[in-house]
Amino acid sequence: MSILVNKSTRLMVQGITGKEGSFHTSACMEYGTNIVAGVTPGKGGTEFEGVPVFNTVREAVDAARPNVSMIFVPPPFAADAIMESAEAEIPLIVCITEGIPVMDMVQAKRFMAGKKSRLIGPNCPGIITPEECKIGIMPGFIHKKGRVGVISRSGTLTYEAVWQVTKAGLGQSTCIGIGGDPVNGTNFIDLLEMFEKDRETDAIVMIGEIGGDAEERAADYIKSNLSKPVVGFIAGITAPPGRRMGHAGAIISGGKGTASEKMAAMEKAGIHVVRNPALIGQTVAEALKKR
Amino acid sequence: MNIHEFQGKKLFAQYNIPVPQGKAVYSVDEAEQYAKEIHSNVVVVKAQIHAGGRGKAGGVKLAREKKDVARFAKELLGKTLVTHQTGPEGRCVRKILLEEGVDIGKELYLSILIDRTYSRPVFITSLEGGMEIEEVAERTPEKVIKEYIDPSVGFQPFNGRNMAFRLGLEPEIAKQFIAMAGNLYKLLTQKGASLIEINPLVITKDKRLIALDAKMSFDDNALFRNEDIKALRDLDEEEELEIEASKHGLNYVKLNGNIGCMVNGAGLAMATMDVVKLAGSEPANFLDVGGGASKETVKHAFQILLADKNVKGVFVNIFGGIVRCERIAGGIIDAAKEVEIRVPLVVRLEGTNAKEGLEMLKGSGLNLQVASDIWEGAQKVVKLVNGK
Repeated sequence: MSILVNKSTRLMVQGITGKEGSFHTSACMEYGTNIVAGVTPGKGGTEFEGVPVFNTVREAVDAARPNVSMIFVPPPFAADAIMESAEAEIPLIVCITEGIPVMDMVQAKRFMAGKKSRLIGPNCPGIITPEECKIGIMPGFIHKKGRVGVISRSGTLTYEAVWQVTKAGLGQSTCIGIGGDPVNGTNFIDLLEMFEKDRETDAIVMIGEIGGDAEERAADYIKSNLSKPVVGFIAGITAPPGRRMGHAGAIISGGKGTASEKMAAMEKAGIHVVRNPALIGQTVAEALKKR
Repeated sequence: MNIHEFQGKKLFAQYNIPVPQGKAVYSVDEAEQYAKEIHSNVVVVKAQIHAGGRGKAGGVKLAREKKDVARFAKELLGKTLVTHQTGPEGRCVRKILLEEGVDIGKELYLSILIDRTYSRPVFITSLEGGMEIEEVAERTPEKVIKEYIDPSVGFQPFNGRNMAFRLGLEPEIAKQFIAMAGNLYKLLTQKGASLIEINPLVITKDKRLIALDAKMSFDDNALFRNEDIKALRDLDEEEELEIEASKHGLNYVKLNGNIGCMVNGAGLAMATMDVVKLAGSEPANFLDVGGGASKETVKHAFQILLADKNVKGVFVNIFGGIVRCERIAGGIIDAAKEVEIRVPLVVRLEGTNAKEGLEMLKGSGLNLQVASDIWEGAQKVVKLVNGK
């Protein structure tokens, strides 16, 4: 089953003809993702590697019926692109763009309230159901079909975790990068709920980092709602307060959002907290054996 | 990006948020000159650095008479101020703000920021002015008032009334408070700020509401829209190596340890710092070479890492995705030709074309060790450094 995306996903790419957009569209296509439409304002009527390009999302929806949108639009225009897809009721919007002004995201999220779309990201690697559908910039070959769900705020650290799970002979059901920005579309909780219900997921890896309280809220949720084992890691135990560590959202402010607070909350909720990120794969394997 | 108090107050004035009469000066002469223009007899002399806790550290002086201004200016200018936010090395005071003295009746707290949990701007206000709001929230959460703003319509007068009347302000002050909150919201959204904090916000004895302090942070991602804000960046307040790194598109934060780390991706870069500590040492920095690291980027990254005299060993940890490992290996080999790497170097390459990359490094004759995973790499570099 997996969650959110699979073989029958029909993908549309916003910003398909841009440098990043075209490069990653080709890579997703090579992986086997079914790409049915692209959108670049002003390039409607052309084609990109056999995919029809439209001027607006609405035109693309009418002609090609996509059910997921992947966004590679540059930061100043990305929130607009998200809202365009939400207005057209695309069920799932995956925004890869890094560097969107936070107030733009606040407005886009408000706009989406009550609408039918779910947003993943921004500033994320995307989402992949191994051997079925890749939407984003992650290297496909490190993934393997399996029964471990992965949710992460990071990019390359997710690859690290995924690779360890693959090397442990386990494989993944679906992997989702929720993004490193302070205001994002989907947080851990909704995805944890989906993985709990997914019959093809047996365990979940959750990778957080300093800043905000998404991990603490997820821990609360896990305590009372999850039966499947969860393995967790928090990056940034050595990060100084008040400094932004690369991601816009990775900052300890007012003494809140530290790695140790998060790990304590997760341990209290019964999550297998890993202090050494090299042990993620091994810990998942052990947690599955204990079941 | 952070700015100085005097810069924040200039923005306040532009947005009709009342501030005391004042000006930033850079020399004792200038201070003496400007002091004469101040309406009040009392003059406040405030060190301008990007760190809180200035008052407790002796960075704020009260000149009861104008003749004292020169003495205080002399004392503060050029002084290294150590506050709880500057770290032990402190920060050099290069400018001071001179302000009229204000007859304080009562001190309040008012801030606006973007709440990440609710994805909305939120005002935070309290009658406990002059204290750190985190402390107030910890000890007496009931004294902290929050008002969330709907971003689709922006600040409404009722938002202001909700706060003013819960604070118990008398009508005359409440009116000023509501207007000020509206102006703060405009300033936050129009200039791309992520935080505006006024602590204390004072009610003077003659019933005027004045922002006695101004702390502002801006969303780096929104700076492209506001050239005037971008121009407020003060390089004196930043680490030299961090300025250099930002020129090359590198995300670098200097820390105090002795193991230099070069990593692709922010999350993995933090995780790498964490394993260095687990292995028994401390990271010298956070460094993310980014998703599109080229040979040039790797070279600049090495130059910056090695310019830090505390660095006694370097750990390169790359998980190739879009970035192919052989490109990073090529970058390391090229960098070694131009930058003398005198400290132990441990490299871990994984992901896209990792094998090819490692072969290149092995064949290069460079004095380095390879590691097969993040933990082995951290242990190796720590052992090489501590083993000496």
